[in-house]
Amino acid sequence: MTDFSTNQMAKKQGRAGQIAMRWGLYLILCLFALYYLMPLFVMLTTSLKSLEEIRTGSLLSLPRNITFDAWSTAWSKACTGIQCEGLRPYFLNSLLLSVPAVMISTLLGALNGYVIAQWKFKGSNLIFSLMLFGCFIPFQVVLLPMARVLGILNLAGTIPGLIFVHVVYGIGFTTLFFRNYYVTIPQELVKAAKVDGAGFVRIFWSIFLPLSLPIIVVTVIWQFTQIWNDFLFGVSFSQAGTQPVTVALNNIVNSTTGVKEYNVDMAAAIIAAMPTLLVYVVAGKYFIRGLTAGSVKG
Amino acid sequence: MSLMLEVKNLYKNYGAVEILKDINVAIEQGDFLVLVGPSGCGKSTLLNCIAGLEEITAGDVMIDGRNMTDVSPKDRDIAMVFQSYALYPTMTVAKNITFGMKVRGVDAATQKTKLNEVAKQLQMEPLLNRKPGQLSGGQRQRVAMGRALVRDPKLFLFDEPLSNLDAKLRVEMRTEIKRLHLDLGATMVYVTHDQIEAMTLATKIVVLRDGYIQQIGTPAEIYNNPKNLFVADFMGSPAMNLMPAKAVSTKSGTTIEIERPGDEPLILVDKAKPNLPENVIVGLRPEDIAEAGYRAGKGVQTASCLVDIVEPAGADTYVMTSLGGNEITARLHAETQAKPGEMLEFAFDLAKVTYFDPETSQRLN
Repeated sequence: MTDFSTNQMAKKQGRAGQIAMRWGLYLILCLFALYYLMPLFVMLTTSLKSLEEIRTGSLLSLPRNITFDAWSTAWSKACTGIQCEGLRPYFLNSLLLSVPAVMISTLLGALNGYVIAQWKFKGSNLIFSLMLFGCFIPFQVVLLPMARVLGILNLAGTIPGLIFVHVVYGIGFTTLFFRNYYVTIPQELVKAAKVDGAGFVRIFWSIFLPLSLPIIVVTVIWQFTQIWNDFLFGVSFSQAGTQPVTVALNNIVNSTTGVKEYNVDMAAAIIAAMPTLLVYVVAGKYFIRGLTAGSVKG
Repeated sequence: MSLMLEVKNLYKNYGAVEILKDINVAIEQGDFLVLVGPSGCGKSTLLNCIAGLEEITAGDVMIDGRNMTDVSPKDRDIAMVFQSYALYPTMTVAKNITFGMKVRGVDAATQKTKLNEVAKQLQMEPLLNRKPGQLSGGQRQRVAMGRALVRDPKLFLFDEPLSNLDAKLRVEMRTEIKRLHLDLGATMVYVTHDQIEAMTLATKIVVLRDGYIQQIGTPAEIYNNPKNLFVADFMGSPAMNLMPAKAVSTKSGTTIEIERPGDEPLILVDKAKPNLPENVIVGLRPEDIAEAGYRAGKGVQTASCLVDIVEPAGADTYVMTSLGGNEITARLHAETQAKPGEMLEFAFDLAKVTYFDPETSQRLN
């Protein structure tokens, strides 16, 4: 046999090995995906079953008769403590709370990032480091001081109070996002605009904001997920009428009397999780694009 | 003529680091001032100081007789072209050009007239609705120029505007900038590290090094009468030949003795009888060393030297030989028969020679 043909053989064997590796890889990934999807599957099927079927059937079986009763109960009739209005009012609370909190914290983050990246002043780096530090302060640490501050501001137990808490807590992250995005924009752009006669606000509004879509999407997804899913602040700083959906979900699950309505619990959980899922599905591709943006020049 | 730009005793520090030291420059209406020097010499910082984008530590900047030291860039009546072009990425070419007017509240009709004028002048009418991302480097450069032209300012500032272009385009744009300068009669300040750009464009050159002005003068002055070794070495391509030598005054002239490896020293006699110390550095530009028989004149002296390398460059042929421990370049005619490893009779034109003090590096004659 010549050298040439042994080479060919070796190459063929190498290729076969590679293909086998690839398939093995896909198999393992599929198994992992199934494993992670399992809870969602159980939640979804359970929420579509009747209580009778849940008691008699197995956990993994598909529903025999699909019924949306559990969903409508969860939405408008389930009891949270003594009230039985379902998730609806709390869902609304969460919306009223998240949307302004996301908008305000994103806007403030954009302004902060713009200043720290492009209008450096004495001590701006120190301020940025302190803000970064703020990202790593655990929620529990601020609970008591925050309660006191909210009391002083007369915002205790109100939705504006919760908005305030989330804005304060989110600024660290949003500033970090925008600052890292804006430092990649050449300083000559600001200089050119200054020579053209534009000032601080004009440059931000006409030049930086239009460039910021990818990072705005990243920040909005991040903030919305954080604020919507928050439980600790929600349970600490709200009262009867202002609780967010996460707190209400907890109350539904914990305050059933008599029979445990698993189907209602599951439906309620899915409803509570829906908005963040939706935001990610709609804007997810921008999220990934935004995280890597800046490395590529426009 | 009135002074259009005057920089007086300007100092610029970043913390404890002195970037610019005692800068004094003045130019008249219509001048083309080029700030040239190696990277890190402070030339861009000086331009930013003139623009008002950097605060100065001490001194004054006057534009058209008005003290602008504490005036913000937008009120200095200047326009600037940047190395990275600094076009606004989300705006079309037309919006890029009119942005300055829009900010200043110029009415839409005037904006449109001016935009059309400039677009015509720079031949970029078809590009007006494109975004900067869809343009080539040369086109972006053109837009950046348009943005400056449309303002019709007292002073144009250019910060290495051509260094991101490829060689061919750079030469084209260089000519175009020169033509614009002639057509507009505008006053321009131009920063570059490229001494050829400096020579071709300037009416006045400032050579900077480590924050100090080395020399100010017309291109010819800078080229022919460099004040010190740095300017001599920096300006000109290939660079000026600098040869350490020993000088002795005799009756017939000053004898210059230059060491050669493996040969007797080269002796040249400067009949102009300059008064020189014993140790000097002799400076001769490549074009002032020719092949014997191709150069005539009072100062010409011939001597044969060993040819090391021959580099035909088309119009000229560069020949290297070793003198005084340095590689010396002579610019010969294209048809020279010089061959590496052979002796060749060179003609040294001492009418053009410059001498420098090796200690102070200042010019002696």
